[in-house]
Amino acid sequence: MPHIQLPEGLPGIRGAMAFRPETAKSLNELVEVLLRSPNSLTSGERELIATYVSYLNDCYYCQTIHGAIAAASLNDDEELVKRVKADFQHADISDKLKALLVIAGKVQKGGKNVTSEDVEAARKLGATDIEIHDTVLIAAAFCMYNRYVDGLATIQPRDEAMYRERGKRVARDGYVTVSKEYLPVEVAR
Amino acid sequence: MAHIAIPEGLPGISGGFAFRPETAKPMRELAHVLLHERNSLTGGERELIATYVSYLNDCYFCQTSHGAAAAAHLGDDAIVQRVKADFQHADISDKLKALLVIAGKVQKGGKNVTSEDVEAARKLGATDIEIHDTVLIAAAFCMYNRYVDGLGTWQPRDESMYAAMGKHLATEGYRKPSISPVEVG
Repeated sequence: MPHIQLPEGLPGIRGAMAFRPETAKSLNELVEVLLRSPNSLTSGERELIATYVSYLNDCYYCQTIHGAIAAASLNDDEELVKRVKADFQHADISDKLKALLVIAGKVQKGGKNVTSEDVEAARKLGATDIEIHDTVLIAAAFCMYNRYVDGLATIQPRDEAMYRERGKRVARDGYVTVSKEYLPVEVAR
Repeated sequence: MAHIAIPEGLPGISGGFAFRPETAKPMRELAHVLLHERNSLTGGERELIATYVSYLNDCYFCQTSHGAAAAAHLGDDAIVQRVKADFQHADISDKLKALLVIAGKVQKGGKNVTSEDVEAARKLGATDIEIHDTVLIAAAFCMYNRYVDGLGTWQPRDESMYAAMGKHLATEGYRKPSISPVEVG
């Protein structure tokens, strides 16, 4: 049971966002810019970073929904998502993305863990300053979203079909659009 | 030196914000709603939560700037130092102490928060919104702190700069920059 009285029938972060639409608006806008807006990293790559950090933080809801969105953005390749979580160094992803996942993993433990050598390694593999910036911020932001979802003890159903279906919808329509389903009209605009 | 080419003369998060205005906008707005808009917790109380979490995350820029904002709200810098060092013996309400316990658990990971922690806060008068906002302030500062340190931003040791920032944050909030570029000498 959640620690506070969240609206029923809305799992994970959705219940928390419906409870407090005033903070939901910027939380949705931030994730939309970071994971969906046009970027030299594909949405699939950025969702993999979000999934990996949520996995490190052991947040079931976040790693499962973002894993589903990642798969939906990567030709439904659910195996690749599992591989990235278990052992990304041997997953079929670019070396640049591997270097960015190293940075993301360090940010998850604490910002000071990121070294000039980590950043230089990513840069040598073609990472731009914006890509490095966004990797740091995606990792940092998921240290927030994960703590928010688990810290309120939100409902996190074990229902793979639900996450898969919703993952496809978010991959197609984006976060802000999908949030209109559960946020008051004046906030969701 | 920062890990990426951040505009010069902008300390801490201001550098990250100037580098990437698209993400700065919702991050500013979130801080404004959580710390500055009307709430049954005072601005000073909420800034103390932000300061305490930033202290636990060892982020110099964030704990000093939000500590200065808390001090500006409360007219008392000693209480800020006391909350960081040993909040259970600081001159703050028992409700705020219970909320700081929750914030400290969120800093380590969301699952650490127990029903007993929440019940204890509720018995001391905390509302659901106050508990929600405490969890989200603590979670959000686990983001801001990692962002500021993860980019290797410039974090000058200059107390008067932070004091001025704190006054600005306490009165104007977070929607607009609290600092203009300073001369790097």
